[in-house]
Amino acid sequence: MASAKNLRPQGAEKPVFDINPVLSERVTHYCPGCHHGIAHRLVSEVLHELGAADKAILVTSVGCAAFAYDYFNVDCLEAPHGRACAVATGVRRARPEAVVFTYQGDGDMAAIGTAESLHAANRGEKITAVFINNTVYGMTGGQMAPTTLVGQKTTTTLQGRNFHSEGGPIRLAEIMAQLQGVAYAARCALDSVKHVKAAKKAVRRAFDVQIAGLGFGFVELLSGCPTNWHMDPVAANKRIATDMIPVFPLGVFRDVEGE
Amino acid sequence: MYRLRLVRNHVPGYGHTGVQKRRGGHRMNTGRMPDRILAKGNEALAYGAVDAGLKCYFGYPITPQNEIPEMLSALLPECGGSFVQAESEVGAVNMLIGAGACGVPAMVSSSSCGISLMQEGISYMAGSHIPGVIVNMARGGPGLGDLGPSQGDYFQAVKGGGHGDHRNLVLAPATAQECYDFMFKALTLAFVYRNPVMILGDAVVAQLKEPVRRVPPAGADTPEYLESLVRDQRIEGYGARGKAAAPRLLKSVYLAEGELAGRNRLLQKKYAEMRGEALFECEDVDDADLVVIAFGSIGRIARSAIRRLPGTGRKVGLFRPITLYPFPEEALRKLAPSRRFLVVEQNIGQMVEDVRLAVNGASPVYWHGVMPGLFIGADELVEPILRALG
Amino acid sequence: MPGYQDVIMAGFGGQGVMLIGNLLAQAGMEQGFNVTFIPVYGAEMRGGTANCTVVLDNLPIGSPLVREPLSTIVLNEPSLAKFQPRLCKNGAQIVNASLIAEDLVDTAIRTVYIPANDMAHKLGNVKLANMVALGAWLRATEALPLQAVQDALRRVVSARHAGLIPVNAAALEAGYDFA
Repeated sequence: MASAKNLRPQGAEKPVFDINPVLSERVTHYCPGCHHGIAHRLVSEVLHELGAADKAILVTSVGCAAFAYDYFNVDCLEAPHGRACAVATGVRRARPEAVVFTYQGDGDMAAIGTAESLHAANRGEKITAVFINNTVYGMTGGQMAPTTLVGQKTTTTLQGRNFHSEGGPIRLAEIMAQLQGVAYAARCALDSVKHVKAAKKAVRRAFDVQIAGLGFGFVELLSGCPTNWHMDPVAANKRIATDMIPVFPLGVFRDVEGE
Repeated sequence: MYRLRLVRNHVPGYGHTGVQKRRGGHRMNTGRMPDRILAKGNEALAYGAVDAGLKCYFGYPITPQNEIPEMLSALLPECGGSFVQAESEVGAVNMLIGAGACGVPAMVSSSSCGISLMQEGISYMAGSHIPGVIVNMARGGPGLGDLGPSQGDYFQAVKGGGHGDHRNLVLAPATAQECYDFMFKALTLAFVYRNPVMILGDAVVAQLKEPVRRVPPAGADTPEYLESLVRDQRIEGYGARGKAAAPRLLKSVYLAEGELAGRNRLLQKKYAEMRGEALFECEDVDDADLVVIAFGSIGRIARSAIRRLPGTGRKVGLFRPITLYPFPEEALRKLAPSRRFLVVEQNIGQMVEDVRLAVNGASPVYWHGVMPGLFIGADELVEPILRALG
Repeated sequence: MPGYQDVIMAGFGGQGVMLIGNLLAQAGMEQGFNVTFIPVYGAEMRGGTANCTVVLDNLPIGSPLVREPLSTIVLNEPSLAKFQPRLCKNGAQIVNASLIAEDLVDTAIRTVYIPANDMAHKLGNVKLANMVALGAWLRATEALPLQAVQDALRRVVSARHAGLIPVNAAALEAGYDFA
C-alpha cells in the first residue's frame, strides 16, 4: 500500500508539515477533492491533542467512510448501515472509560439510521458523532440523500429533487439541538481555511462534552463530493458556499455549557 | 338462599375425599425445599442472566417476554450492569454488537417479530465473531400473528436467520429451571465460540411459573473467565494493552478478492467444531417402538401425552432436542434402525426436515403439527401418537 | 396418576384469579410438589376474561396446559360457559353463585355452588371472593391443607398489602368451611 512515508523530507529538505500519529500513513481511497480527508485529519488531531487515542473506540458506518478504520490508529468496530449510534451505545455501556465516537455520512445517519441516531442522542449517550453532509450517496454512485438540495440532480432524481414528491433536505444539526440529551450540536463547513479552523474547534467541543460526561456531542460537517456532483474540486468547494450554506446555516445550535 | 349444591350426591364416589384423591394425602411431601422460588420462565431467565454475570441488557417491549426487561431494569443496575430500553429491536441488537465486541457478557430478548428485525445485526455478529445472547420467546406468526405459543421460528433460529452463511447456537428450554440454567450455558457458548447464541422459547415457557432453584448449575463459568476468553479479540481502546499496542478492528466486510472466501472457511471450521455441543434428553427410547421427537414446551406436553397413552403393549419413548443447532443428529441416527419416529412441533413442518436429514431414510418419520398460537394440552397429542404407532 | 391435581381458574380480569393461581402454586411448591402455573389473558389488561391453569404433581410435570381439567373455579358466567363443557369426566367445579345463575349449572357435574362475592362482602371486601372460592376448592379436592395455603399468603401478597393477609386467610377459611 502506498505510504505517506514516501512524501517525507528527503536529504536536505526541511519538514513543514506532518501527519499526527492518530492518523495512519496509508493513502486513502477517497476521491480527489473529497473532504473526508480533512474531516479525518480534524478528528485525529483532536484525539491526539486530548491524548485520548489509546482509549478511543471508533464505530464506523456504511458509506464512503466505511473504511475509516484503515486511517485511524484506534480500536475500531464496524456497524451495520445506519446503526453506528446504537453500536456505540453498546460500546459505551460496556466500556464506560473509553472515548467513543461514530463517523457517519448523511445516508447512514439521516436516512437509514435516523432512529438509532436520534434516540442515542436523546438518551444523552456519552458519545461523539461526526456527521458528514455532502448531499449525496457517494459510495453507491450518486443517488439522492436525505440532505440532497431541492433541484439537485442525482442518479435517482434525474430532473432534480422535487420538493413535492421527495421532500426537502433534512437539517440534522437543528433537529439534534432540540433533544435534551444532546450537549453540543453544531454545523461547520470544510470549504475554506476559516471554516476548517472553526470545524476543528467544533469537533474538539463535541469530544469535550463526551469526556466531561455532559451528554451527546454532535458535529455536522458540510463536505464536497466532486465525483458525484460532477464538478472539479474547486467548483465543488464553491458549491458548499453558494448552494449548501444558505440551506444549511453554520453555527452552534446547542451547547449545554453556554446555557 | 345459597346452598352447597350437592351435585356430588348424584355422582357416586365424590365427596370431600378429593376429586382425584392423592395416595398419602398431604404427607406425601418429599421434603421441603426452601431454596426453590416460584418463577416464570421469563423471570427465571432474568435471574439466570444476572447470576451468570450479565453486564449489559438491551431490549424493546414485546409480549410475551416483557418480564425479562422489566426484571433486568431493576436487577442489572444493582449488580453494576447496564440496562437500556432501546428505541427498537434494531437498536437493541446493534447495542449488543457494541457490548459484545467489547467482550462483556451481554444479551437482548424479544419475540418473533422483533427477532426478525434483529437478523441483520445477528448476521453481523456472526460475520465479526462477536459473542452475545439473543432470547426469542416466540409467538404465533407470520406477521403480527398472535400472543400464543409457536415454534414457527425454528428455521429462522437454526438456519441462521440473517443474510449470508451463518449459524447461531440454539438452546430450547422446556422448563423455568432450564430458562435459568441455559442463561449460563448460552453465555459460555457465546464466549467460547465468539458467536451469537439464541435461547428459543415460546409463550408457554415464558409465562409458565414453576419452582426454580436459583443456584448456578454445576461447572458454570464465571464472567471473569468468559471475559478472559476474548481478551485477545475484544475492542477496548488499545491503551489497555500498552501504549504502543496495535489497534484492533472487528468487522465483517472483506472486499479484496478471495478474502471473504477465507473468512467463510474460517466460519465453517467454527461451525464444525460447534457440532460437538449437541444436547438432548431421552426418555424410554431404548426399547421403544416409536420415539416422539419434540422440543421446548411441546416436548414436555408430549411427555404427558405419552404417560396418558392407553396400554397397547407398544412402547413409546421421547427424544427432546435441547440444542436445535447443532441438531443432535448423531444420537437420532443411532436410534433410527429399529424405531419409527413421530415429530411433533408447533408449526407447519420445520424440525421434521432436520429429523429426516438425520435419519436419512433409515426409518419412517411421521409428523404431527400443532397450529401456531394454540394452547394445547396433552390430550390433543394422544391420538396422533396412537396413529403413528399404527 | 397418584399425586396429580389440576385446576383451571377463570373470571373477569380484576377478580383475582391470577392471585389465587399463584397462591395455590406457591403453597403446592412449599408442600414439596412440582407445580406449574400458567396464565392466559385476553388481549385486554382489565375487564376481559382471564384464566390460569395450576398443576400439582409429585412427578415432574409435563404439560402445564390442560384441555379437560379435573377441576375448575369459575367466578363469572362467561367462564362457566367456556369451561363447564370441558371438565373431565368426574371433574368438579367451584361456581360463584353470586354472579352465575343456578340454572346454568349442569346438574350432572359435581359442583360447589358458593356465593363467593356475598361471603366476601360480609368479610368486608368483595375482592376476597377469589379467596373464598379457593377455600371451597381446597375443601372439595383436599389437594392441599388449608393451613399451607394460608401460610403461603405471606409469600404471594406484596409487602404493601401485608396488612390484608389476615382477612385473606379468613376468606379462605370461610370458603373452606362452606364447602
